[in-house]
Amino acid sequence: MAATQKEIVDGLAEIVNEIAGIPTEDVELDKSFTDDLDVDSLSMVEVVVAAEERFSVKIPDDDVKNLKTVGDAAEYILKHQD
Amino acid sequence: MSKIKARKGAPYARILGVGGYRPVRVVPNEVILEKIDSSDEWIRSRSGIETRHWANDEETVAAMAIEASGKAIADAGVTAEQIGAVVVSTVSHFSQTPAIATEIADKLGTDKAPAFDISAGCAGFGYGLTLAKGMVVEGSAEYVLVIGVERLSDLTDLEDRATAFLFGDGAGAVVVGPSDEPHIGPTVWGSEGDKNETIKQTIPWNTFRIGDLSHLPLDSEGNVKFPAITQEGQAVFRWAVFEMAKVAQQALEASGITADDLDVFIPHQANVRIIDSMVKTLKLPEHVTVARDIRTTGNTSAASIPLAMERLLATGEAKSGDTALIIGFGAGLVFAATVVTLP
Repeated sequence: MAATQKEIVDGLAEIVNEIAGIPTEDVELDKSFTDDLDVDSLSMVEVVVAAEERFSVKIPDDDVKNLKTVGDAAEYILKHQD
Repeated sequence: MSKIKARKGAPYARILGVGGYRPVRVVPNEVILEKIDSSDEWIRSRSGIETRHWANDEETVAAMAIEASGKAIADAGVTAEQIGAVVVSTVSHFSQTPAIATEIADKLGTDKAPAFDISAGCAGFGYGLTLAKGMVVEGSAEYVLVIGVERLSDLTDLEDRATAFLFGDGAGAVVVGPSDEPHIGPTVWGSEGDKNETIKQTIPWNTFRIGDLSHLPLDSEGNVKFPAITQEGQAVFRWAVFEMAKVAQQALEASGITADDLDVFIPHQANVRIIDSMVKTLKLPEHVTVARDIRTTGNTSAASIPLAMERLLATGEAKSGDTALIIGFGAGLVFAATVVTLP
């Protein structure tokens, strides 16, 4: 069953916590991965790959650069998940 | 139909000796920062690199290769006359022909050993090692010298903040020879030419034949930029960490080895972040020594694995007889992974 937006954000929070050590409660829709959450361009790739596995979605490299905020990523996953 | 006589070499092959050469000049991040808007902290956090070596005019590709080879030959306990073939992997030898390997073979004092260059980017050492193993077992050479050598400072765009800090110069060499037992496992190797744009030279050499160069990019002083190596960082990182971890796993399985059996992991020294992520993805146990020579050597492409191997042995972090997983990956995209016993 497809994940809801809340489930996706909660999942992203766990992933960001695991990869960048950011507290899960800091991962909110309007937060920028690079500016607010200390996720640099290489860690972003790790976040994306973990999100792909968790939500059964493909996020090509060309689309990764458009995912600036947690909200962008959640919306992308919501739209593209199986 | 006439019967053709075949030749048989040794039952198996092994690495008998290793040698490295690092240029005299050590270049700290402060020097890189003279031409790009970045910081020491940024470079270290993105790549792990603190210093790299850059060659001077005397430290040519051939000169560095000869230095490293001399040490490898001595370490192997053989003589130059016994070297039956010389395989050089490089992308930074600037004369298209002849191959630099012939000059190296001659200056080392080999007895007209067959010598040739291969172009397999950062997987070049693994490709060369695989060829060498084949030659030793087939009998076309008893001892093969495999050299990875690069002067990547010549192919670095010092005004590109994504790559200016990345590359270094140096040479690493091994001697591969006969063995009664297998000490080089099956190679898992391949190419993915559909990704050939992700790491590449910015401008092909023949662009310079065209009289009008005005369409070419200029540097800050208005000069036409020399060709350099460029890459799509995120795409390369994803491929290197997640796809190459699978290849490394396949190499372990092909050798009948588990991660628990490993003593040492020597991945291509591309970026410390790639190395750390691969270690995590492969779930390597704590006892495995991981090469992180990149911190003080930078990315030296084909030279990085033998240079890292030489340093681990020299510092005592690894010892002769240890079982090591090596994996090279880079422009092509190409890859090669295998398990070896350290010399």
